[in-house]
Amino acid sequence: MEILRMATAGSVDDGKSTLIGRLLYDSKSIFEDQMEAVEATSKQMGSEYTNLALLTDGLRAEREQGITIDVAYRYFSTPKRKFIIGDTPGHVQYTRNMVTGASTADVALILVDARNGVVEQSKRHAFLASLLRVPHIVVCINKMDLVDFSEKAYEKIRDEFSAFASRLDVADITFIPVSALEGDNVVERSPNTPWYDGASLLHHLEEMHISSDRNMIDARFPVQYVIRPMSNDHHDYRGYAGQVDGGIMRPGDDVVVLPSGFTSRVKAIEIDGEQLDEAYPPMSVIVRLEDNIDVSRGDMICRPNNQPEVGQDIDAMVCWMSETSALEPRRKLALKHTTRSVRAMVKDLQYRLDINTLSRDEDAAALSLNEIGRVTLRTTQPLFYDEYRRNRGTGSFILIDEATNATVGAGMIIGPSSS
Amino acid sequence: MALPLASVNYDLSHLRALEAESIHIIREVAAEFERPCMLFSGGKDSVVMLHLAKKAFFPARIPFPVMHIDTGENFDEVYEFRDQVVDELGLSLEVASVQAAIDDGRVVEEGGPKASRNRLQTTVLVDALEQHRYDAAFGGARRDEEKARAKERVYSFRDEFSQWDPKNQRPELWNLYNGRIKQGEHIRVFPISNWTELDIWQYVGEENIALPGLYYAHDREVFERDGMLMAVSQYVTVLDDEEVFTEKVRFRTLGDASCTGCVESGADTIDKVIEEVAGTRQTERGATRADDRVSEAAMEDRKKEGYF
Repeated sequence: MEILRMATAGSVDDGKSTLIGRLLYDSKSIFEDQMEAVEATSKQMGSEYTNLALLTDGLRAEREQGITIDVAYRYFSTPKRKFIIGDTPGHVQYTRNMVTGASTADVALILVDARNGVVEQSKRHAFLASLLRVPHIVVCINKMDLVDFSEKAYEKIRDEFSAFASRLDVADITFIPVSALEGDNVVERSPNTPWYDGASLLHHLEEMHISSDRNMIDARFPVQYVIRPMSNDHHDYRGYAGQVDGGIMRPGDDVVVLPSGFTSRVKAIEIDGEQLDEAYPPMSVIVRLEDNIDVSRGDMICRPNNQPEVGQDIDAMVCWMSETSALEPRRKLALKHTTRSVRAMVKDLQYRLDINTLSRDEDAAALSLNEIGRVTLRTTQPLFYDEYRRNRGTGSFILIDEATNATVGAGMIIGPSSS
Repeated sequence: MALPLASVNYDLSHLRALEAESIHIIREVAAEFERPCMLFSGGKDSVVMLHLAKKAFFPARIPFPVMHIDTGENFDEVYEFRDQVVDELGLSLEVASVQAAIDDGRVVEEGGPKASRNRLQTTVLVDALEQHRYDAAFGGARRDEEKARAKERVYSFRDEFSQWDPKNQRPELWNLYNGRIKQGEHIRVFPISNWTELDIWQYVGEENIALPGLYYAHDREVFERDGMLMAVSQYVTVLDDEEVFTEKVRFRTLGDASCTGCVESGADTIDKVIEEVAGTRQTERGATRADDRVSEAAMEDRKKEGYF
């Protein structure tokens, strides 16, 4: 059984929480005491029906205002898969939450209200999913019950959305007509949409092929921690602990360690004393080398004939997440990339992207909260990176404000600086 | 760019994927913090977390101490189990005692037969973190336990008052955790955030992890209170209208004897427990924890004050 990670997004009233509540409820993942609490609260709030949205809107502030203020995680499983939902609010000002949820997602679930059609918010979510390279997008055209399950209404939205998505880099997109409130096409296929011949949402999520979404080609092993037992039993033991960030590693592989450039061979791959024949993403293991060379945290183990880019001048798309300060040329920040922490200076803001029209503003002087732009950075030490579209692990970084320690930016590497 | 298909053989099971994520988090904290500690109660979640820590560093020892916030009202079996595990792993155990805090007058105990020391743990925990200058504390909380926990980060930033501010959390992207703090601040780390109760049990079965016997069905003297079965112990006062009887029960969570209920169960082996948990219709906290029943937002309020 594999894990499928989903990020959900939607506008304030398009029924996202209700849809998740429905998925949890119909897949029997809701417990009786949770349901009783929701029923009681619904009644207390004067709602005519049991408000499934209350299953996910957890904090008091959210219940009072009827909104979702942050990323919340939900779990359910079927005999086929374990699902993790990163549920993000649809507010304009919360782009950063959507980016956060999408960064680890296999699938982005986007909701569109069948009555309203494709609004700016839907386009924004599709764009962010493509920017974060979420491999699969599922568009749920919701509230079909309020448009009499009209095939025309469904097709109009599907065509409009497809036209917009064709301008984005989206590998796989699927449309499903649903009613989250009534349950149509959520778990079971609905008799109300005889014209729809696709799968129900849950069935689609269960069957989607995701194991090929990982990079299994470029061996990348960022060293996280050096294991030195300092005990008599393991006197000369030296192991490099980390999580495989790409490719398949095996004992006997020739390797090179960056930045030193020393070469060696993999002596063993192990976890908890158990010897492994191979390791691949996202396994956490210990790699031991034949030769006693100097390797420390922040170094990268890879193959001599397949190495990442090494450089200090990089171009990246950055989503800015700070409410209190802006990203401007000359600004210095802390940068964390794989297991490597360096400092970085913003050399140039090449353009700011209007995420509604996808137009570029090359005159922009700064990025403020929830804005996205192409940025040139210079780092104090070299990074060992790949293009984000090739490897989400070695192609991503976060930016940290050195004064407040807040995480203020999410970066997706394009490549060596072009300027 | 389309990447070539991976072979089916490279699927990673959900338990292995969760394990890999947790180990990554535990190592990251060990690498980036100066004085981490791991909270350990002997309950199943902390036992699994400690097992993951062992796996993360083997053959080296776990490079941080463990700490127990002890209300003094836990079950004897749990204390014995705790000491045995810590001993086997060669760890140093710090016990922060709620009883000592009561004796010192730092906290005041609730009165009445239904009193619980649960809430007092917060002060003791915060004091102990300060006293030992721990800059990171691992906790075994899971997001599926409760609605407020569903919004918690893996690295949960705490200011110098240990407060959790749900509206002002650091965004957490990819597997890149921001552990930067100032003097006096700390991070609570939840490496098993993405595990569910069922995942825990399946993993306990797969890895053959030892747990206190209370988790498996056994005969016990109990009485019913507020719709829950409570064990008779020196820490609870049985009221006149409460009838004591013997029942085959097991515990789904192990908090204080004073606020942790048990459930009727015949599940006396790991396989039976997994089967029971997979089919259960009550959350573990709803079924057995009086401390979460105070109000809809009980956990949210306690967390803001610095609770686990």
